[in-house]
Amino acid sequence: MEKGKGVMGSGRRWAVDFTDNSTSHISRDIPDPLGFTRASQDQDDSTMSRQKKDAEANWKSQKAWEVAQAPFKNLLMMGFMMWMAGSTVHLFSIGITFSALWQPISALQGVGKVFEPYKDSKVDLNGPKLLFIALNLGGLALGVWKLNTLGLLPTHASDWVSSLPPAQEVEYSGGGVPLY
Amino acid sequence: MDWHQQYIGKVKHAVFHTQKTGRKRVVVSTEENVVASLDLRHGEIFWRHVLGTNDVVDGIEIALGKYIITLSSDGSILRAWNLPDGQMVWESFLQGPKHSKPLLLVLTNLKVDKDNVILVSSKGCLHAVSSIDGEVLWRKDFTAESLEVQKVIQLHDSGKIYVVGFAGSSQFHVYKINALDGELLKHESATFSGGFDGEVALVSSDTLVALDATRTVLVTIVFKDGEIKFQQTYISNLVGDTSGVAMILPSTLKGTFSLKINTLMLFIRVKGEGQLEVVEKVDHATVVSDALSFSEDKQAFAVVQHGGNKIHLTVKLGDDWNSDLVKENIEMDHLRGHVHKVFVNNYVRTDRSHGFRALIVMEDHSLLLVQQGKIVWNREDSLASIIDVTTSELPVEKDGVSVAKVEHNLFEWLKGHLLKLKGTLMLASAEDVVAIQAIRLKSSKKSKMTRDHNGFRKLLIVLTKAGKIFALHSGDGRVVWSLLLPSLRKSEACDNPTGLNVYQWQIPHHHAMDENPSVLVVGRCGFSSNAPGVLSFVDAYTGKELNSLDLAHSIVQVIPLPFTDSTEQRLHLLVDADRRVHLYPKTPEAKSTFEQEISNIYWYSVEADNGIIKGHVIKSKCIGKGADDFCYDTGNLWSIVFPSESEKIIATVTRKPNEVVHTQAKVSVDQDVMYKYISKNLLFVATVSPKASGTIGSVDPEESSLVAYLIDTVSGRILHRMTHHGAQGPVHAVFSENWVVYHYFNLRAHRYEMSVIEIYDQSRAENKDVLKLILGKHNLTAPVSSYSRPEVVTKSQSYYFTHSVKAIAVTLTAKGITSKQLLIGTIGDQVLALDKRFLDPRRSINPTQAEKEEGIIPLTDALPIMPQSYITHSLKVEGLRGIITVPAKLESTTLVFSYGVDLFFTRLAPSRTYDSLTEDFSYALLLITIVALVAAIFVTWVLSEKKELREKWR
Repeated sequence: MEKGKGVMGSGRRWAVDFTDNSTSHISRDIPDPLGFTRASQDQDDSTMSRQKKDAEANWKSQKAWEVAQAPFKNLLMMGFMMWMAGSTVHLFSIGITFSALWQPISALQGVGKVFEPYKDSKVDLNGPKLLFIALNLGGLALGVWKLNTLGLLPTHASDWVSSLPPAQEVEYSGGGVPLY
Repeated sequence: MDWHQQYIGKVKHAVFHTQKTGRKRVVVSTEENVVASLDLRHGEIFWRHVLGTNDVVDGIEIALGKYIITLSSDGSILRAWNLPDGQMVWESFLQGPKHSKPLLLVLTNLKVDKDNVILVSSKGCLHAVSSIDGEVLWRKDFTAESLEVQKVIQLHDSGKIYVVGFAGSSQFHVYKINALDGELLKHESATFSGGFDGEVALVSSDTLVALDATRTVLVTIVFKDGEIKFQQTYISNLVGDTSGVAMILPSTLKGTFSLKINTLMLFIRVKGEGQLEVVEKVDHATVVSDALSFSEDKQAFAVVQHGGNKIHLTVKLGDDWNSDLVKENIEMDHLRGHVHKVFVNNYVRTDRSHGFRALIVMEDHSLLLVQQGKIVWNREDSLASIIDVTTSELPVEKDGVSVAKVEHNLFEWLKGHLLKLKGTLMLASAEDVVAIQAIRLKSSKKSKMTRDHNGFRKLLIVLTKAGKIFALHSGDGRVVWSLLLPSLRKSEACDNPTGLNVYQWQIPHHHAMDENPSVLVVGRCGFSSNAPGVLSFVDAYTGKELNSLDLAHSIVQVIPLPFTDSTEQRLHLLVDADRRVHLYPKTPEAKSTFEQEISNIYWYSVEADNGIIKGHVIKSKCIGKGADDFCYDTGNLWSIVFPSESEKIIATVTRKPNEVVHTQAKVSVDQDVMYKYISKNLLFVATVSPKASGTIGSVDPEESSLVAYLIDTVSGRILHRMTHHGAQGPVHAVFSENWVVYHYFNLRAHRYEMSVIEIYDQSRAENKDVLKLILGKHNLTAPVSSYSRPEVVTKSQSYYFTHSVKAIAVTLTAKGITSKQLLIGTIGDQVLALDKRFLDPRRSINPTQAEKEEGIIPLTDALPIMPQSYITHSLKVEGLRGIITVPAKLESTTLVFSYGVDLFFTRLAPSRTYDSLTEDFSYALLLITIVALVAAIFVTWVLSEKKELREKWR
């Protein structure tokens, strides 16, 4: 996860800009090399960059959708693991259930970060975000449902009355067989 | 953790080993039906046999120099025990047509083929039994003459015996019988017009002294040479004042007998021709031993008299009152009361003179050996006859106050540390080592005299039949203090005081912290239920009697109320025989507290003989005799009458008032809730058909049935009734939370059975809405009244149980969370712990997976008895009578004290000690692990930092 993030962009720490943006001849001491026309290069560059940007936006939105769909696979796997874990309370099933609960929650907390690399003025991230959130909520629901099947949710009357002390009695009675 | 103490009870007969056998032992029989051999040097039990509760020992003798002969069960069982090891050699059952006074005589002087003949007069017959194998040699029936045999007299070396007795009230008979074959040699009789009454004293082989029917005339009977002569002497001629009833005391002195009139005791010598002469007049506290023949023809006896805090022991020659062989003054703790019995024994000193030692039985049932003016050892044998037990907390460990008072002062503290230092530096002498050991023991955790964090250390306060109250330390069972209650001692005002019960009177915890807790001892003057009562208040820390009250009214019931006054004294109601209740303590504050609650206080009485249970309500102030401000009249509210032709009450049981219940709900497998019917006012009653109240097997299964009832004692409502056909008593039961377990005999299956009844409140079952419960909109914790007539359901199940049972108890814990165990006192005098899970009505033959997970055990027809679950291990609590459980402060643990002739104490954790570490837990290992982990964390942190730095530079 850490490494992926670094590659995707937020990890960029420093950069050397090789494009020479200075256009005036006066500032240059060195003359342009032979056969080099600055104007054409400039023009070519702008068309190139537009094309590139479009491609990048496309790629970004595609990637965003991919990322948004990623929890679905997770969901399937979780469901399978839960089915494997059974409905009795033991270390394995508790571990799985809690990871099933924790993963969506942590993912939801990091929604912004997940989609940050694909932030682009041209890309509409709302759709993928919503899908991502919905899928994660689904995962969360699955986890809660599992928790309930394990009997760890206080949804029964027994969970609320078992700590109630016995009721006080109004009357008091004593006695018995006469002392011998 | 456990302790076990062995006792024997109050000694009533003692025989010493003869000098020849060389071993220094004494064989005693006691009022707890124990036959025991004691070491004379230390008083330890060498061997011991506890006979059954109905097998009362009537006499004990030595035969053949190697057998102990005991006569018991009203003279019907004769047993011989091997003297050195206590093995039973033989046992004979003696039968006869009617009851008569049992007498045991071993003819030591008469030897036939190395056999001693044992003569037993019992059941209206005279039996001669061989001491080798217990075979009855001959039998002489005296029922035809309706003779009451009074004495069997052995004639010197002649093999002939005299049997003397009374027929009717005035006929005197003498039979001369050949002891070898039972041949009747001579029979004479004479009539004395004045009639006879009471004991007979034998003064010589042909002279008897008896009292006439009016008990004012002493009759000397001489039956020499086939002639019976009576001679009368008026007691008033011997003593000036003769107000009061005279009584001849049993004694075997030669030529002398003792007579008791009121508080006066007379020693009277019989001179030649039936002339009587008063030798000595002493007060009634004087005790005389039996005669002891110590050399060829000399006899000695011991006299013990009281004087101040000393007792005077005098050993005199049998025929000479003025000869003092030994005269000793012995310091005696006045808390031991008067001397009750003395047995004397002689030994040969190194200079071949005769020395005497005396075995003394005191009023508090303790047994002492006195030799050379000193008490060699003593045994606190009243602990064999515990009547009731309660507990008290120990003092809190506080700086300065309690510790110093209880433990030691500064000087002793310093001394102790010096000793310990010596011990570690190997400088300690043998005495110092002993002292160090003693200090260690004293300050060792379990026997400290202060309260501990877990509540394991407590004082067990026990009341014994002797009227003595003991405080035993639960850590090691030592006696912390003891007190012979003055109010339970025989006195002019109170002839037969009996202790009844002991209650916790004051338990200071919030308000009166500075005061010591105290206990209330309830007794009564006499045996009948309308005898006046006696109250005594005893400080539980010091053992001092704070106050005692001789009541004007009787006591048939004591009801501790659930209220205390501002000094934390518990209010008690004492019910007298006229069904009036008396409030204690008699303070205005208690009275106002009581009167606020008076309309909610009820009491009930169980009249087992009439088959009636009655409920009473407190009405108004008393009027009439003995009325004061704290006395209230009661009225009958309800009664349950059992049909006398079909039902007889044999057992009742209620819940322990101090039991704590944690929850009112019981959750079943499918998350369903059952509400327990928890009420302190429930009474379990078991009745059987009157025919079946006898012993097991005396009735056909068709005619016998047992009915179990659950009765609300406030309203008199019968909540549950269940009939077991073909079952009979005795019934032992225990009631806890919402269940009863009872034990009875199933005549059809020829086995013992245990049943469980669980009772649930159906009217609460509606409370199932989770939302309401979350919001607290329910009335489950609102106070309930018995008059609201809740609907109940019961579940029950029965199981076979192998053992017959002497007592059943249940473990109690501080909060009632821990699962319960039944403690069953088996017929083998052991205590068996049985999980309550085995007595669960929801058990079925094939429990579902979920039920199994919940811990329901598959149903079996019999309850399992696992040898490991005997909490007494291999020990026996001989004569087991009761089991007491006390919660410790630690929720998982309960303290168990079982008593009978022996005492046994242990700690139990029915669900293991889940809330504490075991004693052998290695704290060092834990500490080392923690330190190692911290170090590991630090090291790995440093390493990871370094690695990260290296990664960055790469």
